[in-house]
Amino acid sequence: MMAVVILVFSLISLLLFFLSYCRSLVASSTKEALPQEVVDVTGITHPSSPDDFSRVMQLLRLCPDRPEERGKLRAITAYYRFLGLLRSTLAVIVPSLKAWTDNERAHCSYFAALLLGRRIAFSRDLFAQQMMH
Amino acid sequence: MVWCTCFVLEVAVLVCAVRAKVFFRYLPLSLYMTASAASDILRFRILYHYGYTSKEYFYFYYYSDALLTVALYLALISLFVHVFKEMDAEKYVIFGACFLLSATALFSYLVIAQSQARFLSQFVVELSQNLYFVGLVLTYVLWGAILKLRETRSQLIQLVLALGVYFSLFAANYAVRNLYPGSISLSAALDQLFGCLLPLAWAYAFWRIPKDARLAPARLAVIPR
Repeated sequence: MMAVVILVFSLISLLLFFLSYCRSLVASSTKEALPQEVVDVTGITHPSSPDDFSRVMQLLRLCPDRPEERGKLRAITAYYRFLGLLRSTLAVIVPSLKAWTDNERAHCSYFAALLLGRRIAFSRDLFAQQMMH
Repeated sequence: MVWCTCFVLEVAVLVCAVRAKVFFRYLPLSLYMTASAASDILRFRILYHYGYTSKEYFYFYYYSDALLTVALYLALISLFVHVFKEMDAEKYVIFGACFLLSATALFSYLVIAQSQARFLSQFVVELSQNLYFVGLVLTYVLWGAILKLRETRSQLIQLVLALGVYFSLFAANYAVRNLYPGSISLSAALDQLFGCLLPLAWAYAFWRIPKDARLAPARLAVIPR
């Protein structure tokens, strides 16, 4: 009985801590404005749509990779998928959760779009360096 | 492989803490990571000399684990002190922490008091398990205090949240082990894997987040405030 109580409490707190941790990773980006070229390429504005994420990820894959952002990108992808899972399971029972997950997924899309902006700037710098040599 | 990764990550935490000039600011956390890395080396040495099934490895593993859990508990209390510093409540926090640690040790003793064989070994295992759960509850309380007191230090927030995820995973794993004793080998493997997550998250917090960065904690609450 005690083990079941501990297990349930641990799983609930794990969920809360995990969500808050992922949000803390995303939170730093919400104040940052999107570069104009990203707005032009993707059509994303602030706030973005929850479903923009996969489109932005496709564009990200076309740009040269930046190793320092790999971890962030993996974490945010995991968080986005987890939110998708919540949306298609728990949100069916608790409708208010749907709006919340959509809002969070939109933050993920915005975060990915910011990374796209950084990658575009990085590619431009690389190109400029090649031209100079 | 997992052992190597874990050791490298623990060293990375120390390197990142020194690089970010927060080694002394979070001294108990740094000392915990140092102890953890040292314990990994010693465990490997004992494993290499005596073998996985030896008594020496068994005793060293569980005794060092209990000591590390106490060290992690103290590191958590140091985070409490950081959060409650401005309220001049450090004394109460330290007193409460000592009381809770003694109460947990007494509870662990009472649980295994009837046992005759290998009393001390059972005590350290029981103490570790109970401290993980107490640590989880305390981290939850600390997170509530962070939200309530509107603590804004990003690095501190990430350290606490990572600790919360870590304690939750361990407490859940111990609960599953008690519910299904047959899953002990899988559970032990998961222990190793979960052990990598805390140094990974702390290394990230020290490496990527500037020590004076701030954020609004209300935006992190899962339930909108």
